[in-house]
This record gives sequence, structure tokens and C-alpha cells, in this order.
Amino acid sequence: MKFESQRVSYWFFSVCMLLFSLQIVYGFIMAFAHIGYDNLHSIIPFNTARATHTNLLIMWLLCGFMGSAYYIIPDEADRELIFPKLAYVQLIAFLLVGVAAIIGFHLNWWEGRKFLEIPRPLDYLVVVNVLLFIFLIGGTILKGKRFTTTSLVLFFGLLMAALLYIPGLIDSDNQTIDSYLRWWVVHLWVEGVWELILGAILCYLLIKLTGVDREVTEKWLYVILGFTFLSGILGTGHHFFWIGTPKYWLMLGGIFSAFEPIAFLAMAFFAINTARKGGRNIDNRIALYWSVGCSILSFVGGGFLGFAHTLPAVNYYTHGTLVTAMHGHLAFWGAYAMIVLSVIMYTMPHLTGKKIQDNAISYFAFWTSNIGMISMTLAFAVAGIAQVYLEKKVGLEFLVVQKELEIHFVGLVLAASLFSLGIGAFVYNFISFGKPCGNLLPRNRK
Amino acid sequence: MLSKSQAKLFFFLGTIICSLLFVGLTIDTFRKIPGLTHAENLTPSVARGKVLWEKNNCMGCHTLMGEGGYYAPELTKVYERRGEGFIKAMLTDPTAMFAGQRKMVTYKLTDQEKDDLVAFLKWIGEMDLNGFPPKPTLSQENK
Repeated sequence: MKFESQRVSYWFFSVCMLLFSLQIVYGFIMAFAHIGYDNLHSIIPFNTARATHTNLLIMWLLCGFMGSAYYIIPDEADRELIFPKLAYVQLIAFLLVGVAAIIGFHLNWWEGRKFLEIPRPLDYLVVVNVLLFIFLIGGTILKGKRFTTTSLVLFFGLLMAALLYIPGLIDSDNQTIDSYLRWWVVHLWVEGVWELILGAILCYLLIKLTGVDREVTEKWLYVILGFTFLSGILGTGHHFFWIGTPKYWLMLGGIFSAFEPIAFLAMAFFAINTARKGGRNIDNRIALYWSVGCSILSFVGGGFLGFAHTLPAVNYYTHGTLVTAMHGHLAFWGAYAMIVLSVIMYTMPHLTGKKIQDNAISYFAFWTSNIGMISMTLAFAVAGIAQVYLEKKVGLEFLVVQKELEIHFVGLVLAASLFSLGIGAFVYNFISFGKPCGNLLPRNRK
Repeated sequence: MLSKSQAKLFFFLGTIICSLLFVGLTIDTFRKIPGLTHAENLTPSVARGKVLWEKNNCMGCHTLMGEGGYYAPELTKVYERRGEGFIKAMLTDPTAMFAGQRKMVTYKLTDQEKDDLVAFLKWIGEMDLNGFPPKPTLSQENK
């Protein structure tokens, strides 16, 4: 750590750990409801559990991105953060809005639009909060001693994420327009600008961890992100197959979605190659594990499994089934959860001054959570495919089919238990690092 | 081999061209949506039904046009499949219909609100959704 103000990241990461743990609890509530144990129905009905589960995910990922930016940007710009105290204010405000939204979900106060359930008045507070964040990061870059591609890509990713929240605030009486604009936010986030954030963070971590040449890494960052947008923007079309939009989206969405895995594959190849070349004598091997793991599973979960069900002929049957949950879990885990966990493992030794990262618990956390999540994905896949055949192809009643699927959710709970054990170990490790009181490094540049 | 400035150019050109195409297609789509969704039938009652649909986060369990929670039945064609009486009975007392099975929250809806929700679901069911939801091709009844 080079600058005093980078310490604020620690508190963002702490909030991540807290919200992530809570997210898992709500996941279990839903999995048990699917098996038939919906004992909490009167206080936490399924729609509440679901909105809480997904919004906690979005919140802790954004919190992780912000924490990462507060660490990376001062490092890249080579100066302290401007107004570091405001970063703490921003975190507290973010947390308060989040808590208010979660409580709201339990009191039937929400917008009822998938992934964008946060009630409208709170949406405006989110906008103000994110503007403050953008101001602090942007100001630091502008006043900084150097501009790097990595920091600019990270900044524009975050800025675009903030701007793309706006289409979601446009109201319409027409369900189709409503849904269309909702995907502008959700799709263009996760298969668009969030990948700028992912790419920039991965780039930064690979440079720092392996000492690979910055020019080469940043060149590949442009190529990979070029492919991302070339396919991802028109790939939004795979959400416009069946919602009352023109037929040409079937062709456009199908073709461009099919190209979406290329960017992920390129990212995985690049990360593996870099790790191989520079992977010797590094002092934070576990952070490299998470980074390379992230690049591989984002390809499998986001790229491959996404491709597997966005071909229109396949999606015709898999749309609106648990197949989507299969893709969703591994994609979010691989691409976004793992990159945040990578940054946490990379920064903690610097933030706290304790070099305990390469211990047995770290590796236990890595392997257990990953094997757990892959098993969860398989459980969802089996349930989803069974649902497609029984409900969509054979035409059995929804509830009859769901009864048949219960056993696969027992499998899901078992896999999720393994996953939780891994995350528990990760959180335990995080706590073992202690408070941020690391010494400042001499300011030598990489 | 590709230089960094060429990579940068590839990124910016690709992104700009695709963004412009996407915006253009969005404008065209917005022109066609009223026809495809029969916007002329979008009465104030349908609009109120949509507000209720969102206010109670029905999408958190059900799916509509395939979008939602995968915990409760797909409702795109529910008006055609079940009819008005069934839907209203379900909205009045969800536990009576499927006793001992997966539960739905009991909402205290007025008769007007139930009418609005039915109107909303009827309007959704009449949209041109490119053939969604699929017909069960392996069903015994179809043979």
C-alpha cells in the first residue's frame, strides 16, 4: 500500500463479506422452499427472499468494485484519494440505502422488476451516492501524476455503469417497453460495462502479481474488451426474443450472443498464459489462483453456459426455466464474485501488513467454494433440463413438475453447504487479517 | 503483430459501430412495439393492473413472458388457460386452490383491483411473442 487513503478499501471489503454472507442465508431459504420446507413463508415469502438474494449480490459486488477502485486508482494515479473522508461518508450512505431497501422488501415495498427491485425513492439516493463515488475517483485520476489505461478503463466502466442505471428509471405502461429498458440496465451491465471493470481489475492484478509488461497487458485488455462490446451490445438481443419485440432480434440476438464467449475465452487464455510466464516466485499465490480461476469460470459460466441457452431454438424451451438459474449462478460467481474475492486476497496483506495469505485455510476456501459452486450449477442444470422436458415439451402442469424436481434441490442444498463452508473459511481468513494498519510502502513504481 | 494503438482503434470502432446500430434498432423496435403488443387495447385498467403486478412483486415468483422467479407458474397465457373465474378465485384465497402445496401470499385486493389484474393478464396473453410460450410437442393430447 502506497497511500494512507487506500485504507478505506478495507471497510468496503468488510461490508462485502457481511452482505455476501447474508446473501447465502437467503439462498438457503429459497432452496428449502423449493424442496417444500417453506416454513418462513409468512415472514419471508419467496419473492422477498429472491429480491433480497439478488439485490444483496448486486450490492456487495458494487461495494467490492468501489473498494477495488479506492485501492487501485490512487495506486495507478500515484497520489492520495481526493477528500478521503467523503469515501467513508459514501460507504455509510451506500450501506444505509441498502439496509433500507432490504427492510423494504420484507414489508412489500419494492418495484417488482427483476434485479431492479429497489423502491424508486431509494433509486435516486443510489444515483447521488454513485455520483459522489465517481467524483472522488474521477478527481483523483485528473489530479494524479499519471494516466494509465487500466485506471481509465476502470473509471469508464464505473461511469458507464452509473449512466446505464438511468434507462431503468424510465416508466412505461407497456410491459414490453418496461422489460426492454430493464435489460438495457441488467444486460448492458453484466455483459457490457461490468466487463470493463472486470477486465481492468484483472489487468491490474496480473501486472502486480506476475510483473508482466504493462504495455502488453493493456494492449490485450483493449482487444478483449473490443470483442466484449462487438458481441455484447447487440447480444442484448437474446433478451428480446419473446417479449413482444420484432422478429429480427431472434437472428441478431442469436448471432451476436454466439460471439460473446470469445471475449471470455481470450481473457482466460491471456490470464493463464500470463500466470505461466510470470507465475514463479510470487509472494501472493492465492490471489493469482483467484484471478486465473475467475478468468476460467467466467468463460465457463458466462461464456459457455450463456451461449448454450441463447440460441433461439434452444432458448424457446429453456427461457423462463431453472436453466437460467444455472447459467446465472456460475456466471456471477465466475466473473464478478471471484474478481472481488481476488482483489480482497491481493490487497489484504498490503492493507493490514500481515502476510498470512498463503495459508491452508486460503486454499481450502478457494477449492471448497469453487467445487461447491460448480456442483450447485450441476444441480440447477439437472433440475432445469428436467423442467424443460416435463413442463415445456411434455406439457405437464407446473406444480406437478416442481414436485418431481424437489430431489434436485436436495442436491443443490448439499452443494450449497459445501460452497458455504468455503465462503465461511474465506470470511474467517478475512477476519484473521485484522484491522487495516499496514505500513506504507516506499513509493517505487511498477 | 498488433500494436497497442491498433488494439485501441479496434476497441473504439467496434464499440461505436455496435452502439449506433443498437440505438438505431431500438428506435425501430419502439416504433413496432405498439403494433406487436396491441397497445390500442392498453386501457387504464390494464395500466393499473401492471402497477399492481409490480407493487406486489409478482415477478418474484411467477414468470411473465418467461421473465421472473421460476417458483410459480408462467402467467403469459393464464387468461386463455384458466379463465377469469379461476384467476379471481386464486387472487381471493390462494391457499384454497392448491391446498398443501406451494404457497402464494394472500393479498387483500379489492374487486376493482382483481378486475385490473385480470385485464392486465388478458392483454399480455394477446401479444405477439414470436410463438412463446412453446406448445408441448411431446404431449399425448396433441397426438
